[in-house]
Parts: sequence; C-alpha cells; structure tokens
Amino acid sequence: MAEKVLTARFEQKDSYRLEGYRADGGYKALEKALGMKPEEVIEEVKKSGLRGRGGAGFPAGVKWSFVPKESEKPKYLCVNADEGEPGTFKDRYIMELDPHALIEGSAIAAYAFGSHAAYVYVRGEFKLPMKRLEEALAEARKAGLIGKNILDSGYDFEMWVHPGAGAYVCGEETALIESNEGHRGMPRLKPPFPAVVGLFGGPTVVNNVETLAYVPHIINRGADWFASLGPEKNGGTKLFGVSGHVKKPGLYELPMGTSLREIIYDVCGGIRDGKELKAVIPGGSSTPVLTPDEIDVKMDFDSLAKIGSMFGSGAIIVMDETTCMVRAIARLAKFYAHESCGQCTPCREGVPWIHKILERIEAGGGREGDIELLLDICDNIQGNTICPLGDACAMPVRGFIDKFKAEFEKHIKQGKCPIGPIPNPWINQ
Amino acid sequence: MNDMSENEINLQAATTSAIDEIVSHYPVAEAALLPVLHKVQDDIGWLPVAAMDWVAERLDLPRVRVYGVTSFYTMFRREELGRHRLEICTNISCSLMGAEHLRDHLARKLGVRPGQTTADGRITLIEVECLGSCGTAPVMLVDDEFHENLDPQKVDKILADLEALDKEAGKDG
Repeated sequence: MAEKVLTARFEQKDSYRLEGYRADGGYKALEKALGMKPEEVIEEVKKSGLRGRGGAGFPAGVKWSFVPKESEKPKYLCVNADEGEPGTFKDRYIMELDPHALIEGSAIAAYAFGSHAAYVYVRGEFKLPMKRLEEALAEARKAGLIGKNILDSGYDFEMWVHPGAGAYVCGEETALIESNEGHRGMPRLKPPFPAVVGLFGGPTVVNNVETLAYVPHIINRGADWFASLGPEKNGGTKLFGVSGHVKKPGLYELPMGTSLREIIYDVCGGIRDGKELKAVIPGGSSTPVLTPDEIDVKMDFDSLAKIGSMFGSGAIIVMDETTCMVRAIARLAKFYAHESCGQCTPCREGVPWIHKILERIEAGGGREGDIELLLDICDNIQGNTICPLGDACAMPVRGFIDKFKAEFEKHIKQGKCPIGPIPNPWINQ
Repeated sequence: MNDMSENEINLQAATTSAIDEIVSHYPVAEAALLPVLHKVQDDIGWLPVAAMDWVAERLDLPRVRVYGVTSFYTMFRREELGRHRLEICTNISCSLMGAEHLRDHLARKLGVRPGQTTADGRITLIEVECLGSCGTAPVMLVDDEFHENLDPQKVDKILADLEALDKEAGKDG
C-alpha cells in the first residue's frame, strides 16, 4: 500500500490525545516553522504543490501570499470544517481522530501570513468531531502550544471552534465569514477578496481542514517529498471518500493521481452484488458525472478538468446499473433547491424549477422540450450569481443530460421511469 | 440584561456561564450569535420567541437580527418537537443504499409522515439533507447522535431502545 500521511495515526488508541501526538513527533513542525521566517514557510508550502482540498484546488501557499504583510486590522485564519458537499466525509475523521494535526497545521499557516487568531467553522451536526477538537484545543492551550507566546517563540496564536447550524452555502468562503460574524450565511460579492477584506474586515485566509492537516508534514519532511507523492502540480496524498454501490465504501488515503478504476475495483473491491458500473460522480455532488469508459482518469485536479469534470473534494459516488439517472440528479437538485440562500434570483428561482422539472420527468409527466428547458435554465444560472451554488447544481444537471440523454428521452417518451422503483436492499430479509 | 425575560426561559447557570465564555472568544459580541443560539437550544430543547429575545438582549442586537438568523439555519428549531428527533438522510449516497425504504419503514411504524410528531409527543421524524457520513450510509441522527450503516433491524432496535429509555425515565405516555 502507498504511504499514509494524514491517516497514519488513525488506528492508534486514543489517537486524538496530545500525549500520543507528541510521542509521534507532533508539534515539532510548529517549532521548526517558528524558527523560520514566515515567507520561508510560505515558499516551502508553495513548492510542495499543496492545493486546497475543499474543492477548488487553489495552491495553499499562493493563497497565503495574497495576504498583505502590513494590516491595520487583525488578520484571521478561518478553517473550513463545514463539510457539506454530498458524498464528502473526510474532515470529520481528521477532527475526530487526529485533531492536533489540524491545530498544528493551523498554527503554522497563521504564523506564515501573520495571523494571531483562527476560528474553526465546524458544521453543527458534527458533535463528536467538535468535542474532540475542543478537548484537543484545551490540551494544546495548557501545554503552551496555542495561546500567548507559543513554544516560547514570542508569537501569540489563539484558536476557537465556531459551530455552524445546517446550511450548505456556508461552505462557500464568504458565506462562512458572514456566518462566523453572526449573520445569515449569504455570500459576499468579490472583490474585495477575503485575503484583503475578510472576517471582521481584516485580511483572512479560508482553508479546508484536510489542506491544513498536511502542513506539518510538509514542514517536517520537505516540499520535495510531498510533491513527489503525486503528479506534477498535484502534490501529496488525498483522502478519498467512496460511497454508493461498491463492496467496500469508506475513507481511503491514496496518492493524488491514482486512477478512478483502481479506486473502484482494487481499493473498494468493485461493484457489489455482481452488478455493472453505470455512472460515477468523481468529486462530490457538484462535479459532472462520468461513464464507465472514462474511469481510467487519474484522480487529480488537472486530469479531471481535462475531461470536463472536476476533482472537487475527492468524494466518489458510485452508481450501478439499477440506478435511474433522472432520479439521481433529481435528488441532487432537491438538495440544491433546499440550500439556495435566496440572494440571487437565477439560483433562488432557477434551481427549484430544475428540481420540479426533473421530478416531473421521473414521475412520468415529462414533456417534449423539457430537456432543452433544463439546459436553458442552466444557461441562465451559470455565471449570473454571486457564489457558485447555482453553478454547482447546473453543472451536474448538464453532465447527466450530456452523458445519459437517451435515458432522459426514454422517460419522456414512455411517460414513466424505465428503470422502475428504487431497489429495496432488504426485500428478501 | 433583562432579568424578567431570562426568568421566562429559565436557563441553567451552566448555560449562561458557557455563553459568557463563548462571547469572550470574539472581538464583537454579535459574532457569537450562532454558538449562543446552540447553547440556549441545547438547554431548553428549542428556540421560543422568549429565548430569541433573551439572546438579542444578551448580545445587544435588534430582535429581528436574531429571528432572521434563527430562520435561516435548519438546525435552529422554532417550534417544539417530540422528545426524540429522528433525522434520516435521503441524499444521494444514503438513497443509493436504500434510505427511502428506511424512511418509509419508520413512517409506517410511527404512524407519521416525515416532518410530523407521533400523537403521544414522543418522536419527531425528519427527512434531512447530507449529514457528511456517506461512507457509512444509510445514516440517521437520533437526538444529535450518529447511527450509521442502518438497516430495518437496526432501526427497530433504535425505536425499542428509545421506548425503554422513556419508560425508565417514567415519562412514557
């Protein structure tokens, strides 16, 4: 098996405690970083090729370098632990099983761009991850690893947990900032970008949990080592969350660039019940669907972009031949309609209409022209909203129609779902 | 602070001291709104208007700011639900693993539709969006606790355990 980086400590007893973390060399990277110049830390992370693991894949070191050195207002680090993209379930395990890795990575990041305070925005349903993280923060505070004058370096760094309350849109960085300030989670217009005007008006970096958890390893073992784990410009390993119709769903840490076929058939044991693969969503619900002839793609940011999809959060959703494609995308559209914040008309109105039309087609009431109508609504959403939530619905709708148009047409022509009701896995029990 | 409104909602001392601590984490008090609403809701079970008004006074905010935030986020409950909440996910990964069948199974056993509370006020069944636990689908929150890899037997056991719990607490019926 390939080298484990983030998950190496997951199996240990009490892996979330400070004692074991320090015994394994924990907080050595923070000590090392505090002895470096902040710009050297940024340079090292830039060189490593670490790209944001939340979905957009923006190079982390470059993001930090956008923060102005001098600022009248305090600078902030917002840790994005909102983990709401359907199919994604990785950050919760980092917080549950190795929270000190996140704290150490956050402290190093904050030092690199000159911030003295971080908030971890954790989705409200994650009670256990939040509890573990709070306990780890208390341990770290007591040990002088966060708080005033950390590790006698003269540098102050505080870190707090901020619970969300059930709104997918708050995973978008400016909505997260709004929510962290005590407002409804409505995204802000950019510019100004958070790196210039963010939390409480100060320069702010928003980084995903997984992204930050790699940082101590990069400082300890060097940028070249990290970069060498994956393809060019896609350094490191990745936490892949695999769900749906595979024999062994779950969380797997694999090198960036591992092929989707290898993940489905070797790592996850293939499709369950001897069924055939029909479709795969490669990177969370917002990413365009792939067909079985496309699964030799390498799972990294650039390879997926090249075939017209997205790497996203590395959340792989596998669907076998019993799955109705219209029902699948209708279910996702229902989610986006529920989660639209209502600020921009194209998303607030368009996404619920997409949902209604897809439900109509699935229920047998599809009309001639519905497919064109769906695509027209997508056209009117994409690029016309403040944040990408509307696009996150339109992109997979386009993808499903593009790859499975005949199935949509069959629904409309036959006036019913040709696949039939959702299989009941327990029917013979 | 208005003592009368505080008395009206009867917060425990532990809750108000936890709120004081939370507020100290932020440069401005209003930023603590979400965590403070969570604390109040954890204490009294939901967020009646009196509770929202108390929060508005505590954080020195117009009441409408608190109402607006409370109504935006699905986890804040503006009505009293059953003693127990079953929140079952039917988003894509759970759906692929049969979640709708479990939802219907629960609805039949409880005699309610999703969104409704049983006549005895014990259990509210709620259909929710992705809970971030897709590798162990189907998934359900039972009073905020994750239950994963569900099947009809496990769901039946959850219902039986809740019933036993309520009987023991002498609250049954």
